[in-house]
Amino acid sequence: MDLTRDQQIAMLKQMQLIRAFEEKADELFALGKVHGTMHLSIGQEAVAVGAMACLRPDDYILSTHRGHGHCIARGADPKLMMAEFMGKETGYCRGRGGSMHIADPEIGNLGANGVVGGGISIAMGVALAVSLRKTDQVVLGFFGDGAANLGIFHESLNMASIWHLPVVYICENNQYGMSMSVKRALSVENVADRAVAYNMPGTIVDGNDVLAVFKAVCEAVSRARQGDGPSLIEAKTYRWKGHSKSDQERYRTREEVNAWKKKCPIKRFSARLIAEGVLTPEAVDQMEAKVHEEIQAALEFAEASPEPRVEDILEGVYA
Amino acid sequence: MREITYREAIREALRQEMQRDERVFLFGEDLGIYGGAFGVTYGLLEEFGEERVRDTPISEAAIAGGAVGAALAGMRPVAEIMFMDFLTLSMGQLVNQAAKNRFMFGGRATVPMVLRTPEGSGTGAAAQHSQSLEAWFVHVPGLKVVMPSTPYDAKGLLVSAIRDDNPVIFVEHKLLYNTKGPVPEEEYTIPLSQSEVKREGKDVTVIAISIMVQRALAAAEVLAQEGIEVEVVDPRTIKPCDYETITRSVMKTGRVLIVHEACKTGGFGGEVAAHIAEGEAFYYLDVPIRRLAGLDIPIPYNRNLERHTVPQEEDIVREIRDLASMGES
Repeated sequence: MDLTRDQQIAMLKQMQLIRAFEEKADELFALGKVHGTMHLSIGQEAVAVGAMACLRPDDYILSTHRGHGHCIARGADPKLMMAEFMGKETGYCRGRGGSMHIADPEIGNLGANGVVGGGISIAMGVALAVSLRKTDQVVLGFFGDGAANLGIFHESLNMASIWHLPVVYICENNQYGMSMSVKRALSVENVADRAVAYNMPGTIVDGNDVLAVFKAVCEAVSRARQGDGPSLIEAKTYRWKGHSKSDQERYRTREEVNAWKKKCPIKRFSARLIAEGVLTPEAVDQMEAKVHEEIQAALEFAEASPEPRVEDILEGVYA
Repeated sequence: MREITYREAIREALRQEMQRDERVFLFGEDLGIYGGAFGVTYGLLEEFGEERVRDTPISEAAIAGGAVGAALAGMRPVAEIMFMDFLTLSMGQLVNQAAKNRFMFGGRATVPMVLRTPEGSGTGAAAQHSQSLEAWFVHVPGLKVVMPSTPYDAKGLLVSAIRDDNPVIFVEHKLLYNTKGPVPEEEYTIPLSQSEVKREGKDVTVIAISIMVQRALAAAEVLAQEGIEVEVVDPRTIKPCDYETITRSVMKTGRVLIVHEACKTGGFGGEVAAHIAEGEAFYYLDVPIRRLAGLDIPIPYNRNLERHTVPQEEDIVREIRDLASMGES
């Protein structure tokens, strides 16, 4: 699958948008304008954007607690995301979900998930629905390296495999499950090594290279769409920020973080597009400025939006 | 009317709903050629094929989570967990995913799934295959909990559960599978959250669930010979529960016994008692509310010990007789 010039530019824009959204979220938190917690994916933007570019509008995704990037890359409206983040009635979840639960079934986003590995079996079940309906939709199931050690990972990948379900599991290995390094937590070197146990292809990809992610995921998506079953892709990447807002980052060094920052997926992709003559440096800067305007507009929308009414507190528990 | 067993009534509801709606499918361990551990799904494989009568590996967490996913994507899965005890392995998916998705997504999603599971002692299966854990699920907003006590209720309530847009825990009782009763051949629904007065009486109200409804009805028959008229109320759906019918009955009789098989401490009976105590029915009580429930112990293996762990017909008779005579000289 070759990307057109416009597609590549759109991908860069999405990566910039994710970064800008999360930097704004970080800032709002620091200013005390939002409460609760959040999990930033800054540094991991290439995984969400590269993977989502392989999907059709009628495909599905299951996201994680670190899901802002997945939502934006799947086409979520930053205004509604920002409103949700601020707990407003106009947000994706009417202020009931917050950062960890943004979902938009209308565009096939069946939800971020507050529980580590929470989406792994759900992704399998969605793929089962697709297989029963005999359509050729595909499901992307995102999870982190920490989730790969859960029992539900084993149960779900086994089921996906025995029934050849159209699901592509994407492990974003950002090196730490909270403070636990993959080097200490994994019985194997790579999460993808476990694919052998489920008789499915296991692919390792540079998660900071959006085009490499795109290529690997598209191959797996095409395989799933043709009825050839599930795949496991491990994207090696790194989260620049702490696990959540309470993280003192005692488990890693500044040198390690800085070394990964040098591998910034956005700088890397924009440098490539500039080198190939797709964009000028000025055009990249202009795009970035526009993205910040968009996030500013989203913030203004969110701030002007009403709070949920206490009178409506009981709504939505039952259909 | 034709009489069939509780087992056959459940099977008929599944068959008719699968014929009516191709989104309905069965998902669980040994449902197909084996017919389910208690034979409920026997014969459905031949009619609907292995895609819609889907045998799963022994993976209770993924059975529940897979059902959530299929439901979110527009199917109507009916999952089965072979023994209610094994729902311990499915809890994360039911409590944190199925029950919460709709609310935490701001009403943007529905999870129309049913999870069928048999509970109860009396089969000599001991502590890990005999529990009655319904109270855990009653405590979770977003889940519905249905507990049929007759073949008629089992069929009509299961059809309603399958058509409901919420996750429903459908609790069957192992000792009821062979009980018989009148059941129409055609499809019908019994609304969820509607209690039923199973027997009318003016002296004592017995609120019983699942198999205890049958034991309470047998006890009422015995007591009728002694001139004690017992009213038996069956909530049928215990979450969300129709307390109005219960309240009306208690206001009529002024004496109430709540009976369930599950352990007394933290059981559903405490919730019913609290409802009566904090509502208008309280002022109509002639004697304190009484609960008769399972002992607070794991179900023992020995036949006699097992029997003495949960309420039997004679225990219910004794309690009602006592309640009926209290305060009378």
